[in-house]
Amino acid sequence: MDRNQLYESLNPDLLQTEEMVRPQTTYLKDVWRTFKKRKTALVSAIILVLLVLLVLFGPMMNPYNYYSNDYTAINSAPSAQHWFGTDTLGRDLWTRVWVGGRVSLLIAILATLFPFAIGMVMGGISGYFGGKVDMIMMRTIDILMGIPTMIYNILLIVVMGSGNISTLIIAFTLTGWMGSARSARGMVLQIKAREFVMASETLGASPVRIIFRHLLPNTMGIMVVGITLTIPMIIFAEAFLSFIGLGIAPPNPSWGQLISNAADVFKNYPYQFIIPCSFVSLTMLCFNLMGDGLRDALDPKLRA
Amino acid sequence: MLRYTLKRIGIALLTIFVLATITFFLLKLLPGDPFLNIKVPAAIQEKQMAYYGLDKPVIQQYFIYMKNIATGNLGTSLKYIGRNVTDIIADFFPVSATLGLIALLFAELIGILFGILSAQYKNRWPDYVLMFFAILGIALPSMVIGPLIRYFFGVQLRVLPVSGWGSVEQMIMPAFVLGLATIASNTRLMRACMLATTTQDYIKTAQAKGLKPVQIVVRHELKNSLVPMLAGIGPAIASVMMGSFVVEKIFVIPGLGKHFVSAVTTLDYPLIMSLTIFYGTILVTMNLLVDLLYGVVDPRIRLE
Repeated sequence: MDRNQLYESLNPDLLQTEEMVRPQTTYLKDVWRTFKKRKTALVSAIILVLLVLLVLFGPMMNPYNYYSNDYTAINSAPSAQHWFGTDTLGRDLWTRVWVGGRVSLLIAILATLFPFAIGMVMGGISGYFGGKVDMIMMRTIDILMGIPTMIYNILLIVVMGSGNISTLIIAFTLTGWMGSARSARGMVLQIKAREFVMASETLGASPVRIIFRHLLPNTMGIMVVGITLTIPMIIFAEAFLSFIGLGIAPPNPSWGQLISNAADVFKNYPYQFIIPCSFVSLTMLCFNLMGDGLRDALDPKLRA
Repeated sequence: MLRYTLKRIGIALLTIFVLATITFFLLKLLPGDPFLNIKVPAAIQEKQMAYYGLDKPVIQQYFIYMKNIATGNLGTSLKYIGRNVTDIIADFFPVSATLGLIALLFAELIGILFGILSAQYKNRWPDYVLMFFAILGIALPSMVIGPLIRYFFGVQLRVLPVSGWGSVEQMIMPAFVLGLATIASNTRLMRACMLATTTQDYIKTAQAKGLKPVQIVVRHELKNSLVPMLAGIGPAIASVMMGSFVVEKIFVIPGLGKHFVSAVTTLDYPLIMSLTIFYGTILVTMNLLVDLLYGVVDPRIRLE
C-alpha cells in the first residue's frame, strides 16, 4: 500500500495555532514581575543600590581620607568643605561614614553568606542521607542552637581578640549556620521525594551530584530570602558589639563604631550621631522591606 | 507529655553542658597566664597558680571546674579581687531582671494590643500607621533610639530622668527602649496570627450564632492567636537580655548587663566566662519553660 494513503500530511497552517501567542516567561522573569508589584520592595532595592554605590565611590568624591586629623576643623558642623562635618578628632565624616559602610556591609554580607553556605551543605547532607546521619546532625544542631548566639559571639571574639573584620566574620559564621542548616534540611526532605531526584538516582548520579545539582539549587529561592533578612541582623549585631567595645578597632571606622563614638557627644554635636544612625536604620529598613518583597516573589507557596 | 518533657529537659541540660565545656576550653586556648609578670619571682607566681588551681593538668582542672559549676560555685573575679562571681550576680542581677521583666511585660501587652488593632483595621489607616511603627521598631536598634529619646525626654523636655535606677520614672525610658524590638516583632506576629484565624470555620460558626464582634475577637480570635505568640517569648527573652547590655550602658543602670560589658572591656576573663555560663543557663531554662508551656497549650507539638 502506498504510504501516502496511510498517513495524511498535516496542513502547515494548522501548526501555527500551536504556537505560543504570549511571550514565554522564565522563572526569573516571573519573580521580577511579582517583585515589581510591591512598590516598597522595589524602592528599597533602588535605595540599596544607591547606598552601595555611595559606599564604593563616596570616599573618592572629596579629597579627605578616613584617618587624617585636621586640628583646625574639630567638630565642625556639615559645610561645603566637610559635607557631613568632622568628628571629635577632626576627621572628615563623609569619608568615614562611607568607609565605615564598606566595613559594616562587608561584614554583614560575608557573615551571612558563609553561614548560609555551610548551613546549606550540612542541611543537604542531613536531609539527603537521613537515618543516623540525620539524627546525629539534627541533635547536634538542637544543642548548638540552644546556646544564645550573642553570648557565644562575645565569647568567641574575646578569645580570638577583637578589632578585626575577620574575627567578627569567623564568630558570626560559627554561630550562624545552624538555622539555615535546619531550613535547608526541611526543604531537601520535601524535594528528595520528587520524581526528578529518583530519575537522577536511577541514572546513577552520585549523592554529591544529587545534593549539589538537584537538591540545593531548588532551595535557593527561600535561602535568598533568608539571606536578605539576615543581613540587617548582622548589621545590628556589628553595631551592638561595637557599642559594648568589641567591634572594629580604630582608626578603621564601621557604622557601629561611628554610632558608639558619637553617642557620647550626642548632646553637643547631634549631627555626628544622627548621620551614621540614619544610614544604618535606612539600610536595615530597606533590607527588611526588600526581603519581604522577595519572599512573596520567590516562595511559590505564598503565591496566590 | 512525660516523654516530651524528658526529651526537652535532656536537650537543655546537654546544651548547658556543651556551653560550659566550650567556654572552658576556649579560655584555655588564650595564650599566657593571668599571673605572668617579670617583676614577680617565679616562686610566688607558682604559688599564685597553685592557689587558683591552675598548676594541675587541664583535664583535671576541667573536672574541678565542672564540679564547681554543678554545685553553683562560679569562681572569682580578677578585677574585684576576692569577690565571688555568685555574689556579683546576687548583687546586680535583680536590677537587670526587674528591668527585663518590665520591658517584656510591656512589650507583650503593647505588641498584642497593636497586633489586634492592626488586624481589625486591615488595610485601613490604623493598620498602615501601626505597621509603619512596627517596621521602624525593627530598623531602629536600641543604640540609636536610646540616646535619641534620652535626649528628647530627658534633656529637651525634662520630663523623665536621663539616667539612674530606683524610681518608677527612671524605669520608663529604659524599659521602652529595651522592649521596642519585641513590640515591633510582636505586633507583626500578632497581626498575622489574628488574620489567619479570621478565615477559620469556627469564626463563621460564631458569626452565624450571632456573637457580637467584640466577643468573637476576644473569645475566639485572641485565644487562638495567643498560642503561636508563646513561641515568640523565647526569642523575646533573649532580645531583652542581650539588649540590657546596651540599655544599661546608655542609661547608667547598675545591672548585671553593665557589669558584663565592663568585664568584656577590661578583659576580666573569669568573670566573662562565669557570666557567659550564667546568661546561657538562664536563657536555656527560659526557653525550656516556654517549650514545655507550649506543649501543654498545644497538644499537636508534643505528639510530633
